[in-house]
Amino acid sequence: MTMADVALPRPSRRLAALSWRRLVRSPNLLVGVVVLVIVVGSAAFARQIAPSSPIDQAFADQLKAPTATHLFGTDEFGRDIFSRCIYGARIALVVGVIADGIAMLLGVILGIVAGYFGGRVDAAVMRVVDVMLAFPYLLLAMIVVAILGPSLTNAMIAIGIVYTPQFARVVRGAVLAIREQEFVEAAGAVGAGALRILARHVLPNILSPIIVMATLTVGFTIVETAGLSFLGLGASPPTPEWGSMLATGRSYMLTAPWIATFPGLAILITVVGFNLVGDGLRDLLDPRLRGRGF
Amino acid sequence: MLKYVARRLVQLVPVLLGVSILVFFGMHLIPGDVAVLLLGDKGTAADLERLRHQLGLDQPVYVQYARFLAGAVHGDFGASLRTRQPAIWEIGQALPVTIQLSLAALLFAVVFGLAIGVFAARHPRSALDTGAMVGVLIGVSMPIFWTGILLLLVFGGLLGWLPLGSLLDGGMTWHRITGMPLVDGLLTGNSALVRSSAAHLVLPAVALGATSMATIARMSRSTMLEVLNLDYVRTARAKGVGERWVVSRHALRNALLPVVTLIGLQLGLLLSGAVLTETIFALPGLGRLAITSVLARDYPVVQGVVLIAAAIFVLANLLVDILYAYLDPRIRYA
Repeated sequence: MTMADVALPRPSRRLAALSWRRLVRSPNLLVGVVVLVIVVGSAAFARQIAPSSPIDQAFADQLKAPTATHLFGTDEFGRDIFSRCIYGARIALVVGVIADGIAMLLGVILGIVAGYFGGRVDAAVMRVVDVMLAFPYLLLAMIVVAILGPSLTNAMIAIGIVYTPQFARVVRGAVLAIREQEFVEAAGAVGAGALRILARHVLPNILSPIIVMATLTVGFTIVETAGLSFLGLGASPPTPEWGSMLATGRSYMLTAPWIATFPGLAILITVVGFNLVGDGLRDLLDPRLRGRGF
Repeated sequence: MLKYVARRLVQLVPVLLGVSILVFFGMHLIPGDVAVLLLGDKGTAADLERLRHQLGLDQPVYVQYARFLAGAVHGDFGASLRTRQPAIWEIGQALPVTIQLSLAALLFAVVFGLAIGVFAARHPRSALDTGAMVGVLIGVSMPIFWTGILLLLVFGGLLGWLPLGSLLDGGMTWHRITGMPLVDGLLTGNSALVRSSAAHLVLPAVALGATSMATIARMSRSTMLEVLNLDYVRTARAKGVGERWVVSRHALRNALLPVVTLIGLQLGLLLSGAVLTETIFALPGLGRLAITSVLARDYPVVQGVVLIAAAIFVLANLLVDILYAYLDPRIRYA
């Protein structure tokens, strides 16, 4: 073992220590991570945490107010709302992340193609993006769901498509800045093809804004998908989905307000977690925007 | 400036054309036959064929699109499959309700958002600032449909201060001038109509505007913090100008510019949020018409609603761009 080995920790350890220090210094990020760990933990261990099945009906327990047995009360079919909220986290996270992933994938492809190739390709892609941005987003999502048919999967695809133009714009802007850098020109000069340049040199350098954008939009994709379910265009009964639970709760708003209160609270906590993490990451990865958040 | 406005208006044409293409062909991708929908189980094969011919459905799709576009330019989107009324008439009934709701929500969002943002910026890192920003975080993260339900529950159900949804008190009718009951009440001096309409408007406007309010508060705090630390503000303070004057006359005007952009972007959010808000509060607006039509596969109305909503959205954004020049004379449109 040399002196250098002793004096300097391994790069991966240094990086981990640096990340931890940054995390601790950013209270928003820390709170956001804690919130998300709780939400993801609830989703992952739903079977162990939930006291009963989210779909089994118990007519003897219909519309029971919150008690020690039923922490969040029961719904019109006697189902335990706490259990439904816990299982709902699973659906919300999967749906939100996949919808966000669809938007990111399509947006990155469109943004890279438009930004890197420029000219007519850029103009054509950006006109499509402009047209998509001209739609009020929920109307666009409703049309997509109408075409594909109402279901949770199709609601997820619809929301993914709706958020695509936002990713495309951010990625295009980042690619335009990177495209003129010397290392990209150098890669072209030594004979690297467009695909190799994009994959090896451009994409790694625009990851920061993509990660920040993806984290910030997950919360919104969760809300929008729940919104489509609330309107009857997403999950169908008896799926324990937060949006459809809220839609049911609306009918019992005055007699059993807990049915609508707790799924809404679950959405709020999850979205707050993603927003805090997104803002924290933006501060870490893009110091120019530091302080723009909460 | 006029040249700029004219050029921007011309640029809107391809965007709206793109929207019309997307909507028209999107509607054609929906499974099911319009003629079957109209006739139901009663129609024979000959009836179906006749109806398809009447509606032009036996024509090539590009001919159908050209006919749709020619009609849309004149405001003719065809007849509603659900009510058999002209789609434009249905939209004309619903649009003023949504405009009234969106304007009320925007007013609430701008007034309260700016007030909270400026207040927080004037007391940075204080307990009040932290409290305001926690409120903003919650406001941004709360789904509109949950906010609406909670507002109805608390102010309509538990406290009984405000009515539980709908446009006006039961059985109340009014002489339509603009179609917006509050405005029509003010125009005709009908105080009962004004009172009823205002009482029914408060909760949906707050529910719809809450997210925008939080976003505006956040942005105005951030820009005010930057502007309040600039040299010209320090100079104004050094000259002995009162703090209130410095904030309202020197800082706010410059801090408003990014906020104005944000307000333009919020319009899309408001139009989308109107779908959910009108559903919760049982308001007969454009959003509710859209969801009812989508669920009933009422293509002519869906096409009309989407085209008109998109046109309003892009025109509102143009208006915001023009407002820039008024707020910041340094901006000149070439």
